[in-house]
Formats: sequence, C-alpha cells, structure tokens
Amino acid sequence: MIHSLFLINSSGDIFLEKHWKSVVSRSVCDYFFEAQERATEAENVPPVIPTPHHYLLSVYRHKIFFVAVIQTEVPPLFVIEFLHRVVDTFQDYFGVCSEPVIKDNVVVVYEVLEEMLDNGFPLATESNILKELIKPPTILRTVVNTITGSTNVGDQLPTGQLSVVPWRRTGVKYTNNEAYFDVIEEIDAIIDKSGSTITAEIQGVIDACVKLTGMPDLTLSFMNPRLLDDVSFHPCVRFKRWESERILSFIPPDGNFRLLSYHVSAQNLVAIPVYVKHNISFRDSSSLGRFEITVGPKQTMGKTIEGVIVTSQMPKGVLNMSLTPSQGTHTFDPVTKMLSWDVGKINPQKLPSLKGTMSLQAGASKPDENPTINLQFKIQQLAISGLKVNRLDMYGEKYKPFKGIKYMTKAGKFQVRT
Amino acid sequence: MSAAPAYGEDKGGSAGPGEPEYGHDPASGGIFSSDYKRHDDLKEMLDTNKDSLKLEAMKRIVAMIARGKNASDLFPAVVKNVACKNIEDPNQLIRASALRVLSSIRVPIIVPIMMLAIKEAASDMSPYVRKTAAHAIPKLYSLDSDQKDQLIEVIEKLLADKTTLVAGSVVMAFEEVCPERIDLIHKNYRKLCNLLIDVEEWGQVVIISMLTRYARTQFLSPTQNESLLEENPEKAFYGSEEDEAKGPGSEEAANTALPARKPYVMDPDHRLLLRNTKPLLQSRSAAVVMAVAQLYFHLAPKAEVGVIAKALVRLLRSHSEVQYVVLQNVATMSIKRRGMFEPYLKSFYIRSTDPTQIKILKLEVLTNLANETNIPTVLREFQTYIRSMDKDFVAATIQAIGRCATNIGRVRDTCLNGLVQLLSNRDELVVAESVVVLKKLLQVRPAQHGDVIKRLAKLTDSIQVPMARASILWLIGEYCEHVPKIAPDVLRKMAKSFTAEEDIVKLQVINLAAKLYLTNSKQTKLLTQYVLSLAKYDQNYDIRDRARFTRQLIVPSEQGGALSRHAKKLFLAPKPAPVLESSFKDRDHFQLGSLSHLLNAKATGYQELPDWPEEAPDPSVRNVEVPEWTKCSNREKRKEKEKPFYSDSEGESGPTESADSDPESESASDSKSSSESGSGESSSESDSEDQEEEKGRSSESEQSEEEGGKRKMKKRKKVTEGQGDGSSSDEGSDSSSSSSESEKTSETEEEQVEPASWRKKTPPSGKSAPVAKEISLLDLEDFTPPSVQPVSPPTIVSTSLATDLEGLTLTDSPLVPSLLSPGSGAGRQELLHRVAGEGLAVDYTFSRQPFSGDPHMVSVHIHFSNSSDTPIKGLHVGTPKLPAGISIQEFPEIESLAPGESTTAVMGINFCDSTQAATFQLCTQTRQFYVSIQPPVGELMAPVFMSENEFKKEQGKLTGMSEITEKLTLPDSCQSDHIVVQKVTTVANLGRVPCGASDEYRFAGRTLTSGSLVLLTLDARPTGAAQLTVNSEKMVIGTMLVKDVVQALTQ
Repeated sequence: MIHSLFLINSSGDIFLEKHWKSVVSRSVCDYFFEAQERATEAENVPPVIPTPHHYLLSVYRHKIFFVAVIQTEVPPLFVIEFLHRVVDTFQDYFGVCSEPVIKDNVVVVYEVLEEMLDNGFPLATESNILKELIKPPTILRTVVNTITGSTNVGDQLPTGQLSVVPWRRTGVKYTNNEAYFDVIEEIDAIIDKSGSTITAEIQGVIDACVKLTGMPDLTLSFMNPRLLDDVSFHPCVRFKRWESERILSFIPPDGNFRLLSYHVSAQNLVAIPVYVKHNISFRDSSSLGRFEITVGPKQTMGKTIEGVIVTSQMPKGVLNMSLTPSQGTHTFDPVTKMLSWDVGKINPQKLPSLKGTMSLQAGASKPDENPTINLQFKIQQLAISGLKVNRLDMYGEKYKPFKGIKYMTKAGKFQVRT
Repeated sequence: MSAAPAYGEDKGGSAGPGEPEYGHDPASGGIFSSDYKRHDDLKEMLDTNKDSLKLEAMKRIVAMIARGKNASDLFPAVVKNVACKNIEDPNQLIRASALRVLSSIRVPIIVPIMMLAIKEAASDMSPYVRKTAAHAIPKLYSLDSDQKDQLIEVIEKLLADKTTLVAGSVVMAFEEVCPERIDLIHKNYRKLCNLLIDVEEWGQVVIISMLTRYARTQFLSPTQNESLLEENPEKAFYGSEEDEAKGPGSEEAANTALPARKPYVMDPDHRLLLRNTKPLLQSRSAAVVMAVAQLYFHLAPKAEVGVIAKALVRLLRSHSEVQYVVLQNVATMSIKRRGMFEPYLKSFYIRSTDPTQIKILKLEVLTNLANETNIPTVLREFQTYIRSMDKDFVAATIQAIGRCATNIGRVRDTCLNGLVQLLSNRDELVVAESVVVLKKLLQVRPAQHGDVIKRLAKLTDSIQVPMARASILWLIGEYCEHVPKIAPDVLRKMAKSFTAEEDIVKLQVINLAAKLYLTNSKQTKLLTQYVLSLAKYDQNYDIRDRARFTRQLIVPSEQGGALSRHAKKLFLAPKPAPVLESSFKDRDHFQLGSLSHLLNAKATGYQELPDWPEEAPDPSVRNVEVPEWTKCSNREKRKEKEKPFYSDSEGESGPTESADSDPESESASDSKSSSESGSGESSSESDSEDQEEEKGRSSESEQSEEEGGKRKMKKRKKVTEGQGDGSSSDEGSDSSSSSSESEKTSETEEEQVEPASWRKKTPPSGKSAPVAKEISLLDLEDFTPPSVQPVSPPTIVSTSLATDLEGLTLTDSPLVPSLLSPGSGAGRQELLHRVAGEGLAVDYTFSRQPFSGDPHMVSVHIHFSNSSDTPIKGLHVGTPKLPAGISIQEFPEIESLAPGESTTAVMGINFCDSTQAATFQLCTQTRQFYVSIQPPVGELMAPVFMSENEFKKEQGKLTGMSEITEKLTLPDSCQSDHIVVQKVTTVANLGRVPCGASDEYRFAGRTLTSGSLVLLTLDARPTGAAQLTVNSEKMVIGTMLVKDVVQALTQ
C-alpha cells in the first residue's frame, strides 16, 4: 500500500523521508516539484500525480506537503485520509505541526510513523494507542532522555492494541473527573450583492474533552435531535442506539476528540446573524476608487457578535488603500492585495464601518469584478440551529463527574459577493 | 535487524561455494573433518534445547564472521534462535512483535522460517497475533512469490477467523496475494458482512472494495428488470427475506404472477451486503464513506442509490484534497444519476476562496446537474463566476455555459447572446474561450447567426490566441455563403500574415482558402494559390503535406480530375454538430473511488470491476458447512497431548465479535495459555456465537423443561461419533444472516465482555440444571406451552449442539482444567402467577450474562406469557420503589402480547451486593402489579479467572474475618468431580480455578457491584468428609454463600 512518505517544506526541500517497504529514491519527488511549479499556488497542486512507476499522493497542511508514494492501486482517499491522520497525530503529540518541531522531534516522529503503518498498511492510528506505545515528549522527559539516553518508547506493553475499545487507554486515572462538550456550529453562506442569501447551511460539531477515570459509559441526549440531518460519528458511538433512540451512547476516548459532526437539515431556514453594507466602486478613468463597508447585526437572538474579522482579496489593479475604521484595526498588503480588518465586537448602537479610497494603477482599466468579502465572527452561548443537549449520564463508574456543555456559533465559509 | 545485511554481504564477500576453508578456521577447531559437516554441526548445536550449546555455537559463528568467513547458510538457524524464541513467548504482544520483526527481514534465506512462523501464528489463540500473521503474508509474498500456494492456505484459514481484528488485515493480504481466488470468499461472505461494522476503518475500506467485486460476480444486476421491478411490490420481497424466507419461496410466488418473464429477486446475500454497509456512510473516515458510496453506486438498485448523496456532500466540508477526490467521483456519478445530487445543487456553488482545481470540478458537477428547471439559477451563478479574477476558472465557466447551451435547448439563445457579449471582454483569454465555444454552438444552427459570424470575423484583427483564430477561420470557411463579402477579405489578411501564424492557424488558413476557391473562385483564385505556395515551403511537414494535398484536390489538372470533381462535396460536406460532453462520461467503467478512476487510466494492480453475470451463480456456495474437527500439527509443539479442538474453520458465521472483550479477561486467559492451549482456539470463535447463543439460551430455558437432558445426551453422543449434522449448520447460517438485523451494537457489544472467556467453559450438564429445580418443574404443570417461539426450534438445536460439543471437549479431557459455570443460574422463578396476573404469567431467570450498558447489573430475563384470550398491551415497568443503592434498567416496553403468545425481555438490576429484593411495578395498559425479584446470593457475582498461584495469593490476603469455614459430609451422589463442580456452579456464578490436587476444588468470582473477590475452596476427603471455605471481603455474602453451597452439596 503506502510505500514511502516525504515531507517537503514550502521552499521545496525534502526534510524527512520514511520508507515502509524498500527505499524509493527521493528523485521521485521531482515529478512533484514539476507539478508544484505548474500550479501557481500551493493549494492548487493536484493531490494525485502519476509518474511512470509510482503515484504521488499529497496533502498540504501547515505549510508542509506530505507526499505519499504508492506503487499499486489503492483508493486515493485511503491514502489521503491516512496522511491527514498523520498530521493530526503530530499535532496531537507536539501541539503544533511545523517543520522545526518535526525536526526537533525526529526520533519520536520516526517511532510514531513506524507504528502507524506495518508494511504500508495502517496498524495503529488511534492516538490513545500510539501514546501508550510512544510517550509524547515533555520537557522533563526530554531532559531525562538526554541524560540517560533512553527513548520515548513506552516501557509497558501496549495492551490497548488488543482491546476492542481501541480508542481508549486502559487504566485511566484522574483526581478531578471532568467531561466537557463544545457544541460548535458554523454557518456557511454565500450572500449576493443585494444582501439576499444564495445558499446558507449550518454544519456543526461536538468536540469533547473527557477526563474520566476508568471505563465510563456515557449517554448524551438532545432536546431536539430531529434537527440533525446528516451525522458522522467517532467510532466509539453506538450506531444502532442512535438509529433507534436518537441517543449518543459511547465509551469515550481519553482526552480531546470529535464526537460527532452534523449537518442541520436544509428545510430549516438559516438565521444569518450579520449583514454587510458595502459600496465599492472603481471608475474607469480615475485612479481613485471608493471603498466603504459597514457591518451590522441581523438575527443574533440577543447575543453579541464577537471576533469579527473582515478579509477581502482586492483586484490586482489596486495599488494601495487609505482607509479609516470606526473601530478595530486594518491592514492592507500591497503585494498579495489582501485587505484585513479586525473589527472585534459589534456594538449595535454604533455600527463599525471602514471607509476610504483605493488608489489604482494609472491607466489600467477597471477590474471586472468587485472583491468578495469574507467574514469571520463568533457568537458565544448560542447554537444558531437551536440544538440543545438534554442530559448527559454516566454509567459504569461510581464517581460523580463534573459535566460542562458550551455552545458557540461561528462563521464557516461566509462570503459576501459585491 | 542490523545482522541481516551483514549476513547477506558475507555471502558475496567471502569465498565462492565449495572453496575449502580448513586450518585457520576457529569453528572447525580440528574437530570437524569437512566443511559441509562442520556447518551441520553448528546447526545442530543451534537447534538444541540447551542454552549453553547455543551460546557456544553463536560465539563460533561470530568468530567466523569476524574472520570474513561465509556463515550465511547458518543465518536461518540464528534467526530462528533470536526471533523465534520470542515467537513462543507467553505474552501475545511479544509474540506479535517478534513475528513483525521476523517478517520485516527482507532476506530470501529466511523464507522457510517466516513461512513456518506465519503458519504457526495463524493458528495462535490471540487474535492480535493472528492479525500480525495476516500482515506478514504480503511481506513474505513480495519476498518470494513461489510461496503463493502455501500462503493461500494460510489466507484461507485466516479468512475463516471470526474476530474483527483479523478481518481487515486478512482481506488486505487476500487482495495482495490472490485477488482472483474469489472462491475463498464464499464461505466467509456472510461473516464478513456481519463483522464489517466493527472492523477498524482501514480494514473496512479494503473489505468493502473487495466485496464490491465479489458481489459483481455472484449476484444479478438489480437494474436489469428495473421497469418490471417497479410494478412489483418489491418491498414485500425484501421484507420477507428478513424473516428467513429465502429466495425460492418468493421467487415462485412471483413466477406464478408473471409467468412470461422471470422477475428479478434480489439475493438475500446481496441485500445483506447493502444493509450492513449502509450505517458506514456515517463514518468519520472519508475513505470509508467513499467506499460505501461506490459500493452502492455499483451494486444497489436505482431507487436506493440516493442515500449516498448526502454523505458525499458532507465530505465536501473536509480538507481540499478530500474534496478533490470526492468531486471527481461525484462528477462521474452525476452523469449517470443526475437526480441523486439535484437537491444538493447549492452545495456545489463555488466560493472565491476555493482552489482552482476544486472550482473546476464543482463547475463540472454543476453543469452535469443543470436541467430545464434549474438552469436559470445555474446560469445566474455562472454569470458571477465569469467575472472572477481567476482566469482559468473563467475559461472553464465559458466551456460550461457552452455545454449547458447544447444540452438544454431552451437556453441556447440566451447562452449564445451571453457568449457574444463576452467577445467584447477586455481579457483575451475570455474572448478566446468564448470564440471556441461559440464555434461549436454555431454549428448547430448556422443560418440564423450570420451576424455573429460577421462579428467574429472582425475579431481576427485583434485576437491573438491561436485556438481562437483557428476557430474563427474555420467558421468563416464553413459558412462562407453566409458572409460572402467578408470571407475573401479575411483570407486576404491572413495571407498577409501567414508566415507569422501558429501551425493550427496556418492549417485553417489553407482550409479557408480551399473552401473559398471552391465557392468563389473568381475572387480568390490568386489568393489561394499564393497561400498554397507559401505553405509549400513551410517548416512544418504537416502544413506542406496539407498544401500539396489541397492543391491536387481543388486545382483541376490534366490527368486527374476524378477527385477534383467531388472536391466540393469533400470540403463542404454537411458536418454533424459536435456534442459537448463531459470528460467524466464513461469513467464509471472504472471502479469508483479507485486510483484508476481518478486518473482515468488503469493503475498497476487495478482489479477490473466485472460485469454482472447473466445467470446468477449458485447461491448455496455461501451456505456454511458443519463444524469440522480439524487437527493442527503446530499444536504439538505446545508440549501438550494432541487433542482435537475447534478449528477456525468451524461453520457458523456468527454475528459480530465487536467491541468490548475486556482486556483483562483477555490477558487473564492469556496467562493461562500454556495450560489450556488445547482449548484456546475456541475462545475466539465462541465469542462470535454469542448472539445466537443468547437467543438460544432464552428459548432454551423455556424449552428445557420439556426437552430435558435426555435429548442432549443423545446429541452429544452423536457428535462424539464424529457425525456432522447437516441441518444444524444450515440453520446456523440462516439465523446468522437474519440475526444481523437484531441489535448488534448496543446489546451484544457489552455481552462480549464475559462470554468470550467463560462461554467455553459451559458444561453440558449446566443446561439441564434448571430441570433439577423443583420449582420450575412444578411451574411447568400449569404453564401453557408457548405457542409461538421467538426463535425457531432448529436454531436451538444447533446452538445447544455447539455448546454441548464445547463442553464435551473440555470436560472429557483430563488434562484440560475444566472451568465450569452453568449457562444460566437457578431455574425459572415465578414473578407473577397467571391467576394473580389475570392471564399474564411472568417468570424470570438469571441469565448470568453480563448486562449491556452496565456491568454492575445482574441481567434478568423476564418471560411473559399471555394465557388470557385478549391481547395484553403496553407492558412496561412502572415506578420502582427501591431500597437505597439498588437500581434497575427497565426493559423496553412490550407493545402488545397476543393471546397464547409469550415473549422474553431482559432487564438489568444492580442489587448493590445485597440480597434485598428489588420491588417494582409491572404495568399493563389496564393493570399494575407489584412484583419483586430477590436474587440468590450466588447470582450477585460473576466468574473471574485466575491461576492457582493467583488464587492462593488472593486467598492469603483474605483471611481472618473474611474467611468462613464450614465442615460438611458429601453424600454418595456427590463423589464425582463432575457433579460437585456442577452443583457449586449452579448455586453460585463462579468460575473454576485450575487446581493441582485432585480432591480440591477452587472457584473464584467477583461481586458485580463492588467487584470484591469471592473465593471458594472445597476440600473433599475420599471418606466423604469435606471442608468448605469462602474468602470474601463481603462477610454477609460469604456467610450466605456457604449456607447455600452446603445445602446444595448435601442435598
């Protein structure tokens, strides 16, 4: 299946390679570099590149290309999914996944990669099992290892691998037993020029942080489970129980994990919490353009909108912008032509606005398209779909855990066409 | 592993074969006479059991290597000693790691050892080791493909494995080694379908894609009689199959209804696959979702494919690489099944932040989805896209508009107008692309569009993109009669700039010249000759060629002329308008989701997706056979007397083994591996039987009163004679396929915890235990025999047969410590008499199975039977009044119980380690009855397994106050081992601990709620006097247990 893995940084250096079968020469990456050159941007590099003897499948995350080399027919998503799992694992182990961090922890990285695949076929990909096999680095352990020369390989046998609950470590112990659930909903929307909604949908996830002793068996029920249209579960969730009773019943993994992601059915109208008033105009002859945007709250259910950031990719012809925001700070990068305005909170009494002029390239004709405005925002304590957790119960253990549920609404891919 | 290359190099580096190496060799030391023999001797030393000799041999070998001598032929022997030692380690993890290390050595010389190790590991009792064996198979195959036949044997064996851990890995090995041996799958097909949901994600992908191929060869196409199917009440067919009414019956019925054509009836196995993969659409892994989607696309009837759309659309929220692959597949699907994605049209709208490759794929999908009704919205979207800054994307949008225009007649004119407007766009790329698309569109109805052509002709002055120029020239040439004035002028201009044009433009100039010469030779004769002369000396041979050809064709010469008379027909023949097609058309002959599909080219190792067969192959090949007794030679190495055990190939394809087999019990049984290895194998398969077993058991206890032990004794005898029972196996497989319907995840999952380890110890006598109870016998008399059994009787026979068999192997072989525990505890107890209950009679039994959801609960099977003549409705548990600490898990409400029927429900009660009664209300729609369940003390515990040493250690900790001793005299009837063990285990749910002394019996268990140990020792003297000791922290439980056990033994 997966033959080798190459890690390539944004400047095109292969800084790590790992082979699970025979060694594949790194010259195979030349085909990748060729494709990279052809694609102007990193994200436009095709994820699958055929070469005479191999196929290169790559994902691009954290400014690193993870390039897997395969020789025979494999479902491409199998490899891509695995590569993403590798990145997630690194992130889980080291906090961030970046070139210097990987280089610093190269031993652990190799150990982890060795355990994740056996002869190219995934062996242990659950982070709970991996952590049992290879301990994540901590400062203390690094110091001890440097002095004693030992490694991060766990000295206990990884019994978790044998368990049929492979996602949970055995022998978990906590003094404070806590279970936190974050219901996070994202609004994906496209708003057209006139302010009407072209498409809007809500995608939600429930992220959990469970720190419970022993083998707890949790059930989570909703007030209005009908809202959930399409769901995908962490493998720990018992599907039949959901089918029959609409209750999430599961033995949770230890630590952070994504319990559920869902899609709110399209029949429900989506409340759009913000509006953007815009007036962007270029004139053919003049070298100055007008730019004015105002952001205001719409259907917010009485909550404040925070963390508003407006970004927009301006046309190439824009040389510079001189703008004054009524609140927050703004930046314009004349090279990438990216305008970014960090608004902060929206005060309904005094709507934030950004006004000013754009200086355009002299003589150039006016751009065809007005820039699209991308919006980010957050609303605390609100799940915009109205989803509510009814109760969380624990079976299987005797102590009383501390339970917490948090709701949040965020902008997903929220675009306003102008 | 650093040793590996060293040996390899040695081989090449040292002297050639046969070269004598005497004298200075430290290994020979003057003792050995010949080279050949010397190595032989070292091998022998390495093969001995004595560590000292081995060490000596190793030292000599190292010395040899140090002198640069060739020791490569000793390599296998060395490896065997290094890695193989661990391969027999008592710990399964170490065994597995050793195998992994061994199989990763890529040196051909160790092939035989690897083969041996794989074979041995394939019959290891630990599923994890078996998984590692499956992983090792492709490694060995890549090292030496000559081993294929042997490896196939191993694969065959592992395919029969019933654990989820192994399934994915072995199918992967199957795909790499012998994907063509589809016949190996038959017997395991139903099992794989049933296990699927609990296999880890990576395995799921591999299994699903293999099963897709399998289904294509074994079942009939569900779409072949689509129209017929729609007329038929198809649901009835599908529904009936779940009630085990297999194909033939319903087929016949259908045949009589429609005698002319044989209607399509879906094979139940085909249905099973579809049904069992559907939940996986909810997987978090994109790869699994895609795998299921392609399975449905290739295998499901048209009406059912729709379910995958939602899941695929969900994946579009994922990383852009995932989007890329999914969109490619959606593009292919949307051509064939447009309706499926239509409701999700808006999900494919393009955002300015999408990477270009995603934009273009989305555009492809949008174009495929466009139809008469949604085209206005789609076109409006396209209008926004055309103004995008991303020019590649704009070009693709224009192409898409062109396709919409050709596909949907209604909007052709609108699109054409739009495209013409684009001709005045400032961006040349946009204009060029529009020209190319316009050219194709104009061909459809050229007469009406003379003005467009004129406008295009004007563009030749400004537009520079060669493809666009070529397109314009072709258009003018083709329709020169519509623009008679302009055409010669264009040719004039082109002749002027001919040398500077690109090749494709030049070709079109020649073309234009030729066409004009034929229609308007008066004006253009000279021009044409000029152009042809220029072309004659062009650098490109294509152009020279074309010029020569054209000249011969159009200019009448003396000798020829035959062709030139027809030149006009040749050049100006009416041409069919081009059809603008998606590049994804016909891609679906590749299996979707595969690499080959993505690349639209066959990748190495791609397995062609076969076409549906005309006639369905024999479906009975998937029926599973009788359990066979097989012997495994490897087992002899375990220093055990060879004895039969359940081989992996045992027949029934049980439902999932699934989650939760407790790691502790795993390792507990593991530590005992040496002593019970003979029976070890049965552990893995017995777990998967549980579900049937559970059913079997509940109905068993109902029937056992009537059937009694006699029948079972008979059965057992039959099996000892080694006769197979055909009917039982058939039933077994039937029930397994139907049982997949019943709850699998939530219920059985938990039940795996214990049965895995204690089911196998079920004694044959345990089943007849309830009969001995007088209460139940008495009960039987006024107990109307249940008219409808929840499980058909043959199933009971087969499962009880299986349990009997297991019991037999264990108890009849003296070397195996028999750990006994009866299938269910004390017999039926009455909860509600039928008189008091106004026709509703309720009994309960302690099933001794762990209760799902909460391991602290005692699982109680409640049997309801309705002896009244009206149905009883809405049976449920009312508000319980419970003493502190006691809690109950109610059974799901029974909606209705028809007269004469009976049913069984399971409820869990946490007695909190006390024998207090749990009192609760049993409510029907009309009445409420107060009932209470008081557990015998023996039911408050569950067996645990420990070695004798552990037992003694634990016992040592529980002395003093925690120890209760009682003297008793065993009656004559209690002299045999068998009976004593049976009596104790009937009273208390304890597991037997293996014991060295013959007159001592030890049992161990843990209380359910607090988990404190209960250890029971019975020291029986030959005289009949005996001493019973119970050690437990819970003194109350200890005391009561002693009382109960003494009573049972002395009775």
